[in-house]
Amino acid sequence: MNSNGTPKEKFTFSDSEKVEKILSQYPDKKSATLPLLHLAQSEKAYISSSVINTVAHLVDCHPAVVMDCVSFYTMLYTKPHGRHIIQVCQTLSCSLNGADTLVDHMTGKYGIKPGETTTDERFTLMKVECLGSCGTAPVVQVNKVYHEDLSKEKFDDLLESLK
Amino acid sequence: MKSFKPILTEHIHQKDCHTLSFYKSVGGYRALEKVLKMNPENVIQEVKESDLRGRGGAGFSTGVKWGFIPKDTNKPTYLINNADESEPGTFKDRLLMDKAPHQMLEGMIISAYAIGCHKSFIYIRGEFYKEYKMLETAIAEAVGNNILGKNILGSNYDLDVVIHRGAGAYICGEETGLIESLEGKRGWPRTKPPFPAIEGYLQCPTIVNNVETLSCIPHIMNYGADWFKSIGSEKGPGPRLFCISGCVNNPGVYEEPMGVSLKELIFERAGGIRNGKQLKAVFPGGSSSAILTADEALDVKMDFEDLVAKKSMLGSAGVIVMDETVDMVQACLNIARFYAHESCGQCTPCREGTAWLVKMLTRLVNGGGKPQDIDMLFEITDNIGGLIDSSKGSFGKTICPFGEAVAWPVRSFVEKFKDEFLEYLPQETVVA
Repeated sequence: MNSNGTPKEKFTFSDSEKVEKILSQYPDKKSATLPLLHLAQSEKAYISSSVINTVAHLVDCHPAVVMDCVSFYTMLYTKPHGRHIIQVCQTLSCSLNGADTLVDHMTGKYGIKPGETTTDERFTLMKVECLGSCGTAPVVQVNKVYHEDLSKEKFDDLLESLK
Repeated sequence: MKSFKPILTEHIHQKDCHTLSFYKSVGGYRALEKVLKMNPENVIQEVKESDLRGRGGAGFSTGVKWGFIPKDTNKPTYLINNADESEPGTFKDRLLMDKAPHQMLEGMIISAYAIGCHKSFIYIRGEFYKEYKMLETAIAEAVGNNILGKNILGSNYDLDVVIHRGAGAYICGEETGLIESLEGKRGWPRTKPPFPAIEGYLQCPTIVNNVETLSCIPHIMNYGADWFKSIGSEKGPGPRLFCISGCVNNPGVYEEPMGVSLKELIFERAGGIRNGKQLKAVFPGGSSSAILTADEALDVKMDFEDLVAKKSMLGSAGVIVMDETVDMVQACLNIARFYAHESCGQCTPCREGTAWLVKMLTRLVNGGGKPQDIDMLFEITDNIGGLIDSSKGSFGKTICPFGEAVAWPVRSFVEKFKDEFLEYLPQETVVA
């Protein structure tokens, strides 16, 4: 940290053309906040304070304003996590179709409770609210991909395939 | 009821149904060609006459909403397609984006033309990554074929469509929360008025319509308002995508005319209750609707009017079915926890009230309940979202309808299955 609280490390987007394209899509810069945060997270895996500073500079506002936004959304991570984020939907239709069994299975086999990461940083387990796929419950989102109609066996095979 | 042929989902089982060439082969973008030769006023009039009501949850007349755009504005006008589908029990917009993205895009272009908009957004929930990629492809196809961009089909009309991904927040499905989120802020709903049609995105006139609503538009313009009105219920007509999940044999999305009986949906379309069990209770319109008991559910038509008469609502048409094995207190806690997690935190009654509901229900299921808890559950739901009596206009304790959306279902659980809540009280505290 510098004496004024700003991080020493500076985050720079790897593809400046992509950044320009995002900014040009909106009639005002600030609307580009979420797309830029998504892009940064896809490059850096989580939103660090240096990411916040860079995005704030690009959209022309105070870093605190960007932080305020980041803190509101569950998909924006402010700390590192495992290589595979296992998000088990726990809302009613998934719960009625065995979502708890999936969480228990993962806790039993890999020793992590919801919110925790395995020591080898392979998995982070999360319980999440409705993923909008209730007709194929129970549903687990792994990183960006939905896995639907899961049984304990299918879930186990899925986890085994993720290295 | 005469046999009904699906309209919005007619082609979803066919190969390559998501492509532009397929969509064109079944008459796609014909309505757009017709509309681009019409006066925008007449397009609004046709949609108004069709009595199309929003498919997102609130059920407001689409044509009337469009009519609120000021005629004399010198500001740009925006159309936002609300694809932030996140009401528990609802998974129909995802299907439409996946299988019929051009039908939705055609609806968007027609709607944008009607309200004089040249830049339109699709606000899609962040988790729907596959659907986001599908839409990107569909938009690129449309741009490549002069269906989007400058001088669309030689009409002199220009329109750009931008896909904007959300980042995980149920409240961004509420239109003013969505607008705030699009502006790069937390999704805190705004007080209304001013309504978005007057002051929306960047304080400019803005229309927010749901994916399914927009997907109906090409059909209305092709076949006319009278045709649309001839489908299903008189008040709030048209086709509707019903999502059925929970304890049924064949969960899924079923397109039926408005006003189909819930009994037919559950026992014929969805193949009845699984494992030969008995029906116990149903959410008829997403988790924000008051639950119906089995008796009520077997005697209700799925339209705006009949569900309000049963003191519930059609909402997003997300039907969650619970069988006799489901513990109503646990189910109530599950839903309360959803709302506590998703409360945006702006209004005190909702932020504090939802957390209280979860604490009290958790204590109850863990055996620490107190006899006065039942009354207190009613008191808290009243504090968050008023009484379940729409005739008294009891809205208004919170900025947005989230307050009602948690109060109504929780209260309905306690009212309709009070015995189960009482059974959880420790025996020594139950006063005979």
